[in-house]
Amino acid sequence: MTTVATSVKVKKPKKNWTYFFIALPLMALVFAFSYVPLMGWYLSFVEYTVGQPILSSPWVGLKFFKMLFQSRDFSRIMTNTSMFSLYYIGMLVLPPLFAILLNELKGRRFGKFCQTAATLPNFVSWVLVYSVFYAVFTTDGVVNEILKLFGTKQKWLSSKKDVYWFQSFVWAWKNVGWKAIIYIAAIAGIDQELYEAAAVDGASRFKQAWHITVPGLLPTFLVMFLLAIGSFVRNGLEQYMVFDNTIIHKQIETLELYTYNKGLKLLDYSYATAVGMFQSVVSIVLLFLANGLSKVVRGETII
Amino acid sequence: MIVGRESPTRKIFNVANVLLFILIDIMCLYPLWYIFIQSFSDGARAAHALVLPIDFTLENYRVILERKDIGHALFISVARTVSGTTLTVLGCMMLGYLFTKQNMPFRKFMYRMLTITMYVGGGLIPTYLVYKSYGINNTFWVYILPCIVDAYYVILIKTYVESLPASVEESAMLDGAGVFTIFTRIILPMSLPIIATIAIYASVGQWNAWFDNHIYNINSKDLETLQYLLYKYMNEAQSITQEIKEKNPGMRIKVTPRGVRMTITMITTIPVLCIYPFLQRYLIKGLLIGAVKG
Repeated sequence: MTTVATSVKVKKPKKNWTYFFIALPLMALVFAFSYVPLMGWYLSFVEYTVGQPILSSPWVGLKFFKMLFQSRDFSRIMTNTSMFSLYYIGMLVLPPLFAILLNELKGRRFGKFCQTAATLPNFVSWVLVYSVFYAVFTTDGVVNEILKLFGTKQKWLSSKKDVYWFQSFVWAWKNVGWKAIIYIAAIAGIDQELYEAAAVDGASRFKQAWHITVPGLLPTFLVMFLLAIGSFVRNGLEQYMVFDNTIIHKQIETLELYTYNKGLKLLDYSYATAVGMFQSVVSIVLLFLANGLSKVVRGETII
Repeated sequence: MIVGRESPTRKIFNVANVLLFILIDIMCLYPLWYIFIQSFSDGARAAHALVLPIDFTLENYRVILERKDIGHALFISVARTVSGTTLTVLGCMMLGYLFTKQNMPFRKFMYRMLTITMYVGGGLIPTYLVYKSYGINNTFWVYILPCIVDAYYVILIKTYVESLPASVEESAMLDGAGVFTIFTRIILPMSLPIIATIAIYASVGQWNAWFDNHIYNINSKDLETLQYLLYKYMNEAQSITQEIKEKNPGMRIKVTPRGVRMTITMITTIPVLCIYPFLQRYLIKGLLIGAVKG
């Protein structure tokens, strides 16, 4: 490549408005699709009826928020949301564990194959995940066909008491392999000399993993943990929507699914907006909290 | 690689570890194989097919592919994947490139405005109503326009472009090349690795999307995507099976709701399954660049 002498800029470069005017339409898209909906929060303070202009709807203040907090649904929805989130936080140890064990595998080829197999579920849509679990766990699916040999069977997809752990299992199936990648990369980045030195000192492989690999993964784990706190009341909608059915509905309904059901199914727009806004505000507060915590613990922020 | 001697406990651990990963592989891959063999089995005895198809048949595929809605949904899915991915790559590349320009007016302000969108959103209902007021509900545009600028992709691109040598661009500038010439002739060709990564992310996202179809285009039959059709079929397998039976009297095999579900699942998954192993490294690359930054 020809080298061009890069002259040291003496004065501050002149503003180039061409750049700005090219960026403008793209930023207009950001504004239209991300910021204008934020103004829609106004909806939760007025009594909006479908077909009526929003601005002429009567102001009702915090009525819909009061309704939410006093509603009989509230504690149920919050319990569901928190239960799922607690399960996810508990499962945060699975990706690093997966990465450490994968690293202990001897065959390189086999390791690669396992990684490919485990990350695949991340790339199928939630509808497909549902279809897969339906196929495997339905009354005459493979799991029950095997259980029948032992004289038992179970309605996995419509069992009220199993909803939390079963959905968490589904989530783990789709996500653990993918989330492990970041830890696999972190392991690859650990200084190999540390292991060599430890081996010279007679440390067993388990000891090496425990005293070198685990501490090496801790910073990443901490970030994941804090991010999980930040999204404690926001655990996604699609999964619960596809697995929803009349029998487990009361257990699987999270804040987001509740917003969807109230808003787009019952067309209770103002109330649903209030629910959504409550969720967003709590999320932002938690995110800042996690960010502040990160600053204190790690000395750097996560966002 | 961790170094150390092979103790007996270590050997036991190794064997157990390999077994554990075989189990994980089975858990991840067998369900797809199970659906695969189900879709090739005669519905009458399909429930007993666990390893290989029972009474091998292509009838499930024939009756499903004969339905007009599948062909059309496939067309819509391909159309949105191709056009959506192209526009997302171009939009995000352009914006990411512009954000590397220190002398762009309002650069910091716009960059902050963009990154905030990763954390704050209007939520489901306001978004729905706003889209509706734009008139993009029940149009193809709702699949494309909201996805053109993605904060995460823009950050990835900006980081990448910043790492490119500035000299080539500077010499082109001295030669009097305009912004678009530099962008298409210099920046795009030099950014192929990051373009590949983002194109794959965007296309997987487009291919898998069904929720926007369900929310915004629920009343537009001619805009249904393959994923959404699968969602519908999952919920309406009974009535669709009935339709198929009425259309094909005296069929040799039994088409069941379950067979219908399995077959359309397979049709929807196959494209992802075929390209995934080849694209995996690009996907991982994208994840890791983002992790360094985040």
